Amino acid sequence: MPSRTLEARVRHHRPRIAVIELHGEINGFAEAALNDAYAKATDQQVETILLNFADVDYINSNGIALIVGLLAKARASHTRLLASGLSEHYIEIFTITRLADFMTIFPDEASAIQSDNASSAKESQDDGGDGR
Amino acid sequence: MPLVSQNELIGVLNLGARMSEQDYSADDRGLLNTLASQAAPAVRVAQLVREQRERARERERIEQELRVARLIQQTLLPRNLPVLPGWNITPYYQPARAVGGDFYDFIPFPDGRLGVVIGDVTDKGVPAALVMATTRSILRTAAQEERSPGKTLERANDLLFPDIPEKMFVTCFYAILDPASGHLRYANAGHDLPYQRRLAGVTELRATGMPLGAMPGSRYEEKETILARGEHILLYSDGLVEAHNPSYAMFGFPRLETLMGQHADGATLIEFLLAQLNDFTGEGWEQEDDVTLVALQRLTAPGPSGNGHSPSPENQADEPDGGGYMRGGAWRLLNEWSFPSAPGNERLAIAAVNEALGDHLLSPRRREQLASAIAEATMNAMEHGNHYQPELPVMVEALVSDTAVAVRISDEGGLGEGAETPDNYEPPDLAAKLAGLQTPRGWGLFLIKHLVDEMRVSADEKRHTVELIMRLEEPREGEASDHAITHA
Repeated sequence: MPSRTLEARVRHHRPRIAVIELHGEINGFAEAALNDAYAKATDQQVETILLNFADVDYINSNGIALIVGLLAKARASHTRLLASGLSEHYIEIFTITRLADFMTIFPDEASAIQSDNASSAKESQDDGGDGR
Repeated sequence: MPLVSQNELIGVLNLGARMSEQDYSADDRGLLNTLASQAAPAVRVAQLVREQRERARERERIEQELRVARLIQQTLLPRNLPVLPGWNITPYYQPARAVGGDFYDFIPFPDGRLGVVIGDVTDKGVPAALVMATTRSILRTAAQEERSPGKTLERANDLLFPDIPEKMFVTCFYAILDPASGHLRYANAGHDLPYQRRLAGVTELRATGMPLGAMPGSRYEEKETILARGEHILLYSDGLVEAHNPSYAMFGFPRLETLMGQHADGATLIEFLLAQLNDFTGEGWEQEDDVTLVALQRLTAPGPSGNGHSPSPENQADEPDGGGYMRGGAWRLLNEWSFPSAPGNERLAIAAVNEALGDHLLSPRRREQLASAIAEATMNAMEHGNHYQPELPVMVEALVSDTAVAVRISDEGGLGEGAETPDNYEPPDLAAKLAGLQTPRGWGLFLIKHLVDEMRVSADEKRHTVELIMRLEEPREGEASDHAITHA
């Protein structure tokens, strides 16, 4: 089985949302690609980073550790981390590891962005409304 | 005066001058002609008798040489077969008229393991027999000094090379069998590759190495396999595969491999192959080379000492004696593999097991769960057991019973090596990891535990083994969390 080294492409979808499109395998070899993409995504002010897993066919425990690393960075900078395009199997793994508790999982990119718009709007409203 | 027989000059009558110093008369010449014509056939007959006697002496000398060669060879072949409970060992040896240099040998070790040798010297007659005798002694000595088949062949080559006649060498396959577990470690000095008849098909036992005596300082690759109960291997010499039929077609390796696949019973394998060889060559075949066969069969029912290498899945309840796993809810080895310890090779293990299991035993969801568990167990074996040393392989076996599949993953870590075990396992806590209180890593065992129905861990001095078990039936709701880690 030929392995597919991870390629990660960053798109700034709109101001304050970056999408990291992941292509290939998320294993120990993916560290540089993943960290570089994260750095590129955050070189502009972003509130939300969406990890799009639609073209990822393999994630192992080393890959999970890398995602945990990204999640730790995101939490430290108060950036929301979302996930989309995970297969049922990897949704199960995200659930077992409790990653799903810390990053909302959406079926696809469109639904993630739509939901992020809604929650951003709600947060703005909340910020303005009750002063939190 | 020429002596001519059947228009062939066979001698000359040479006469000197007459004592009377007179010329030979016409009568004299007539008499000499008559004498020559009568003497020629007599001389011819005498010549033929002498040639015949010389040929008979030469034949006798060759026959005597062949008798000596045969005697040397037969004296040195094992007279008694090793008796291994739970095993059938069947050798067969038929020398060609010209006596090749085939041999086989069994070398028992005090710990119960058995060395098995098959070899072939590249020559015939007494020279081949002498080299065979020397090689056999050298191998026996080397086998006592070295407990690794590769090192044994290396040592034997070093000892043989200085003294072996030029242009002669010895092909030789050497394996060490652990009868209790069915584990076979082997190396090969250029001999025809033995076949293993598995329950799932026929595979070659392939390991590379130069023939003994061909080159100084040769190194021999070492491989290993496991014979499950009911499986057998066949060692053979080229006399079988290079046999020709009247149309000059060769018996050949593909035919042998096919026949191995057709015949599952190791006990009667040799009879079956000889019958096939007989059909192939036809009556009146003049055997061109020695035919040597050795079949090793692990019996389906364990013998008195058959304490087995049985997988320990949950059907131990079906097996009150803890063995004999071919019965009832018995386990069948589908296939096994050996992967070098290198990052990323866990994907090879997944692909191999997926192929062996096919897509009808487990649901797609459970196949994916098992695949991730295999990946994690293989990565642990490569990293913690073998420290990513590529020369240390991870062995993977796929087994199936009526109720479950099992995947066994072994490394060379042995006792106390594999870093993560159920005993020293700290469950990962994502919140602690995000807070920097735990390393981001350490998910492997946790994932396995949650993905398979049962995980068993065992270790001896040499190997650390993890068994992953998935029931064929989808667990009912509420059972899904009934995951267990068991220490064998």
